Amino acid sequence: MSTSAAASPPVLEVENLSISYHDGIAHHRAVHDVSFRIEPGEVVALVGESGSGKTTTAQSIIGLLQANGRIDGGSIKLNGTDIARWSDRQLDVVRGAKISLVPQDPASSLNPVKTIGAQVSEILRIHGAASGHALEAQVISLLERVGLSEPALRVRQYPHELSGGMRQRVLIAIAVALKPQLIIADEPTSALDVTVQRRILDLIDELRTEFGTSVLLVTHDLGVAADRADRLVVLQGGRVQELGATKIVLAAPRSAYTRQLIADAPSFSAVARKTPATAREKAAPSDNDVVIVDGLVQDFVRPDGDGKPFRAVDGLSFRVRRGTTHAIVGESGSGKTTSIRAIVGFQKPTAGRIEIDGTDLSQLRGETLRQFRRKIQLVYQNPYGSLDPRQTVFDIVAEPLLNFGRLARPAREAKARAILSRVGLPEAALSRRPHALSGGQRQRVAIARALVLDPDVVVLDEAVSALDVTVQARILDLLDELQHDLGLTYLFVSHDLAVVRQISDTVSVLKDGRLVDGGAVEDVFERPGSDYTRELINAIPGQNRAALV
Amino acid sequence: MTTFDTIHDDVIASGRGQRTGRRLSLPLLMRRLPPGLVLSWLVLGIAFLWAVAPWLFTSYNPLEGVGGEQLRRPDAGHLLGTDALGRDLYARIVYGAVHSLAGAFVAVALGLVIGIGLGVVAGSVRRRLDDAIMRLVDVLLSIPPLLLSLSVIILLGFGTVNAAIAVGLTSVAGFARLARSEVVRVRRSDYVEAAFGSGGTFSAVLWRHVLPNSLTSVLGIAALQFGSAVLQISTLGFLGYGAPPPTPEWGLLIAEGRNYISTAWWLTTAPGVVVVLVVLAANRVSQSFGKVAA
Repeated sequence: MSTSAAASPPVLEVENLSISYHDGIAHHRAVHDVSFRIEPGEVVALVGESGSGKTTTAQSIIGLLQANGRIDGGSIKLNGTDIARWSDRQLDVVRGAKISLVPQDPASSLNPVKTIGAQVSEILRIHGAASGHALEAQVISLLERVGLSEPALRVRQYPHELSGGMRQRVLIAIAVALKPQLIIADEPTSALDVTVQRRILDLIDELRTEFGTSVLLVTHDLGVAADRADRLVVLQGGRVQELGATKIVLAAPRSAYTRQLIADAPSFSAVARKTPATAREKAAPSDNDVVIVDGLVQDFVRPDGDGKPFRAVDGLSFRVRRGTTHAIVGESGSGKTTSIRAIVGFQKPTAGRIEIDGTDLSQLRGETLRQFRRKIQLVYQNPYGSLDPRQTVFDIVAEPLLNFGRLARPAREAKARAILSRVGLPEAALSRRPHALSGGQRQRVAIARALVLDPDVVVLDEAVSALDVTVQARILDLLDELQHDLGLTYLFVSHDLAVVRQISDTVSVLKDGRLVDGGAVEDVFERPGSDYTRELINAIPGQNRAALV
Repeated sequence: MTTFDTIHDDVIASGRGQRTGRRLSLPLLMRRLPPGLVLSWLVLGIAFLWAVAPWLFTSYNPLEGVGGEQLRRPDAGHLLGTDALGRDLYARIVYGAVHSLAGAFVAVALGLVIGIGLGVVAGSVRRRLDDAIMRLVDVLLSIPPLLLSLSVIILLGFGTVNAAIAVGLTSVAGFARLARSEVVRVRRSDYVEAAFGSGGTFSAVLWRHVLPNSLTSVLGIAALQFGSAVLQISTLGFLGYGAPPPTPEWGLLIAEGRNYISTAWWLTTAPGVVVVLVVLAANRVSQSFGKVAA
């Protein structure tokens, strides 16, 4: 924290800010009397779950509220000038030059039909900072500064030619182009892998120290906030729950909500969340392996048709004991999803053997494959896409029973109701459609649908990655409880090692389709067998606090 | 890894939930409806009533002329004047609604059913059968619609129903293309794969998930198609390929009035204006369907 703050005014001072949204009938207050300040060179994190008003607050500062949003009261002072009620034209001078924004989603925040160079130079041109050759040189030096390799080449490339991390670097380059006093980073890394996330956050930190810029970091990940921020503003339901220096808030949280957030953040809890299955199963014979994957290879024909086929998974082997949780870890593109799609029988592997509960998958076709699906069920990553928007919750859960129509209608209904209450959904939710449920509730519905057939194995494909930490913690608790009571075997696919450490017994680490590390979870975390695993473990956010408490 | 979109969705979803959960009071609903849309529904409603119960709207007989009343200008007795045989034009338009609207309805229904059937099969089986169906559709698209419907009428014979079939066939290709693209989109979604994963057979998944989710925009287009079918059927009537005279079909009315255009302008103008109004109203209504769907 800057000590000279007393002399110079704060870069940003938000006082009693209230914002409401109009839904066509009435105004609904989304942000209530929020106040905080950001001193020069300081990083302040706005932390909270979805719907806590953190993004709304951040948007209002730069005048980008959605059309149905309205500032009801309070002030937003930039260097002492209230900009809360400025028009767009007045704000044009401020945006990009004094305050800039690093948006949430690098995939959709760049214009797909313009080159990287054109998009970076746009901000310099709009504010008249440079033109002609000077402009070009400045764009290249900016791209170089944010750590893009071969900047002269990147200038002429289009967004689809870059990876997610590279695109985020381009967005950061645009944000820092005019050396603004304040950068608003709205969930800048939640769409990225942990290792990339760490590098991007390091970059923001570096640029901050170099230019003396203040940063307002909007995040749902307390681990990220703990690592990077000087001060925390914890929001819930549009109200400030707690405000203070990061160290103090984390060491002695005053509000119950902050305590909850800290308890739920997977990166903080070193203790395992689950009932240790190893203790239960240690004596079990080794022929009790319910999932056996041996030398799995999956090739894809390249779309252009020539050359060698692309090998997505290369010789993956592992075994999972009944009633335990096996995690498959890796970055995007490491072949995790491809492997599990072969394991649940959605695609035929090029080579290798997959055996689920004694059934060899390669023998299955048509009706036998359909009958096999009772044994293994998949829960998808995105609960917004995996539920039919036109079905009610009850229909969604009862459908698998209908497919294997052995039960009469009343028995089917009773079973669907039982499983829905088992996953903790209220009775009132049964007749709703997915759009009227929250993300966590939807994922509960997806879990209920997977469990209603009494499967042996449940495959969870990034099943908690899209959820807030508090919701994530509840779902993980539920999964553990269900495993304990029903003797389920989980195959848990994730890029989040903090979660993996909490929930799994054994783990396989994948990189570029190959198995680089594997074994019991404690072994892999304590004594990583490869540099890649070590890198992944070091990239887990929130380690500052582990050292601190 | 999709945290970013779900966070926004959440806010939107809760807002939407509230909106559908609350019942709108009538005056509030009236205030929020665009007047153009209300007017369009009114036009379609009146046309529909003409078709169902024409005797409520006029006391004249549309088929029998009255001696000495030929080619009267519009006045209080004859709202839209009379034609060359002394028949009340307003009565003929009212009684003609059933021919034009029923024709358009049959045409759209035919195009919709065949088009969706072809599109859904093409979109869900893929590969060879898909290629075969879609090339057939390409052939249909490459023939000018008027030429296609004239050829069909010559093959089937004249008449209101045959004209409707001919018009319906010209819209099959459009419906098939749209239905196929929607089916392909829905088939790629996670919930369809999840339905297969929970043991659904091909036909069950198609019926429960793919069909209901791909039909919204197809139905929007159907309303649009209704307007253009009215126009096409009137065109065929005008050219003498539709209902035979003395049927008061709208296109035929325009054609008959053409002979007197220099002395009795109302004989072509009035039915023409009615056709234009119905087509515009159908377009406006279909547009509102599209908005609700999006």
